[in-house]
Amino acid sequence: MSPELIVALLAAAVHAAAPILFATLGEILSEKAGVLNLGVEGVMALSAFAAFFVCHATGSAPLGLLAGGLAGALLCGLHSLVCQVFLGNQVVSGLALAIFGVGLSDYLGTPYVGQATEGFRQFAVPLLSQLPVLGPVLFRQDAMVYLAYAAPVAVWFLLNRTSLGLGLRATGEMPAAAAAAGLNPQRLRAFGVMAGGFLCGVGGAYLSLAHTHLWTTGLSGGRGWVAVALVIFAFWRPGRAVLGALLFGGVMAFQLRLQAAGTNVPSSLLLMLPYALTVLALVFSASRSRSSARKAAAAPAALGVNIEPED
Amino acid sequence: MNISIRRREIPLGWGALVVYLGALALALGVCAVLLTLSGKPGLGGLVILFRGAFGQGYSLLDGLVKAIPIFLCSLGVALSFRMQIWNIGAEGQFALGAVGATAVALALPGLPWPVLLPLMFLAAMAAGGLWGLIPAGLRLGLGVNEIISSLMLNYVGILFLEYLVFGAWKDPSSFGFPMTAEFGPGGQIARMGPALGLNLGKLHWGLLACPLAGVAYGVFLSRTRLGFELAACGEGERVARYANLPYGFLVLLVMGMGGALAGLAGSIECSATLGRLQPTVMVGYGYTAIVVAWLARLKPWPIAFTSFLLASLRVGVEVLELKLQIPAAFGQIMEGAILLCVIAGQFFLDYTVSLKRTRREDASAAPAQGERA
Repeated sequence: MSPELIVALLAAAVHAAAPILFATLGEILSEKAGVLNLGVEGVMALSAFAAFFVCHATGSAPLGLLAGGLAGALLCGLHSLVCQVFLGNQVVSGLALAIFGVGLSDYLGTPYVGQATEGFRQFAVPLLSQLPVLGPVLFRQDAMVYLAYAAPVAVWFLLNRTSLGLGLRATGEMPAAAAAAGLNPQRLRAFGVMAGGFLCGVGGAYLSLAHTHLWTTGLSGGRGWVAVALVIFAFWRPGRAVLGALLFGGVMAFQLRLQAAGTNVPSSLLLMLPYALTVLALVFSASRSRSSARKAAAAPAALGVNIEPED
Repeated sequence: MNISIRRREIPLGWGALVVYLGALALALGVCAVLLTLSGKPGLGGLVILFRGAFGQGYSLLDGLVKAIPIFLCSLGVALSFRMQIWNIGAEGQFALGAVGATAVALALPGLPWPVLLPLMFLAAMAAGGLWGLIPAGLRLGLGVNEIISSLMLNYVGILFLEYLVFGAWKDPSSFGFPMTAEFGPGGQIARMGPALGLNLGKLHWGLLACPLAGVAYGVFLSRTRLGFELAACGEGERVARYANLPYGFLVLLVMGMGGALAGLAGSIECSATLGRLQPTVMVGYGYTAIVVAWLARLKPWPIAFTSFLLASLRVGVEVLELKLQIPAAFGQIMEGAILLCVIAGQFFLDYTVSLKRTRREDASAAPAQGERA
């Protein structure tokens, strides 16, 4: 492989990692507050359409991005309603959300299949893009990728350096204790789920605004599920989420390049790669969390457990 | 005013029917609004949907045909849900079952049906079962979350099916279409109508698998020791291990059996409705099965009824697609909406809500309580 090809591949990996990173960070927020949201796939699908629709109608990519985020927050609000108010099972509600969101996205998007929108275009950051290797890989991307560089830092800061983040984490570990400390676990959970939904929505918006620039059905293509898996792989830490997202972005970019280069390997086998790798990543992180640093790698203690009403 | 929520001590009984009908009405209402928003008749659409699903004898038969794979997959899924093992891999296990059955049918095309069909079913159940055992083994051995691994294996399984159908198994005389050669006569499940002298449309003998599996499911859960232990494991892994129940064995059993049932469904679908393997065999029955299992609260008779209901809605949506020119995704929206509404509605089966008038100082002393709902 020539150096130019490797640089191109790395740049493509970063580009493909961005949407997964947004969604993984969103799911981390939700799970840190104690709510498992398996609906990410549906959230990404629906917000990809919302973003496309608004950008197509107004011509403004930032407005599209905002619409994607809001659509994600709204759909996750539904999850919050079902699980927190009606005490529904989080696993099943999340699955329902995934089915509903993917369906709604396909349904609403069908008339727009094949239509293009401007979205976000790549531009070089002055000076930084002149760096050898790093320049073309990291700094000749689109605005949403630059946003993706800031997102993990922001989520890390929110969770670990603010009182809101402390409240979120307390709610995810032990809601009763959080309530005893004068916090409102229900409100904190709703915030975690919907703020997480906003981030997942931004990830979905990326797909239609920066990834393809045109609308096709099935745009999310399993990325939402990968994000849910990556949260486990990342041990619920934003920093490791970056690593996981890059890994997946790399594999996706690699298999796309291979397909484009016209190898003899059948495309169905290449398409399997990201999914098989997800299972492998889970196996890897499971064995890691068993052997070392078990406590640091554990899920929030109250994850998936609804807050039961007291009499 | 203060809202008080308590766990219900006496079951709701027939009131449950009201809850389910209310949830269904709400979900259908959402769908009608959606139709209206996209410029189609909302209520009129629902009428077309229901006429298409239940209006004619043949539509009911169509529903029954589609209910067969949904019912089988759903039983398998329900088995693992009972012990809080979230197997959402029915779709992939279905695919592997179809692949297993096809491998046998293509290898031994000349055999008569009494030999070939059982062999195909066995191969399908083995393939589906093994596919289900992968997430079970990973969970037991390494603590890998089975939700994600079983779901990822869906994608892998379906792509594997496509790999075979687009590649090694492609029928050379199919003009490039991705499909295998048609199975021999011994590899195809016959329709019921001709043998019974009735006009039963597409209904086929695969239907017999449903009562067999349903009875086995019921007997296993209510009449065997393992069945009771399975129910006890529903309290979670720690409780099960503490009570010295064979937790690991049960996880393998429910995932293996669930996979085998989904695999069987895959083989029946291939053999009876298509007569060959092609990618169109995958229409999401494995996901519908999860919806069914939860709506039916994992009980066998309700699973049978709900399978038929959702299968019929699929038939109705097909009619709606043709008449109103709407995308097929409408069916998915409906299933998702019904599930969301029913999960929310099931709250009223388990809890009672009452309004209590409280004195002001009480309300201010315990603010957290009032925030509950």
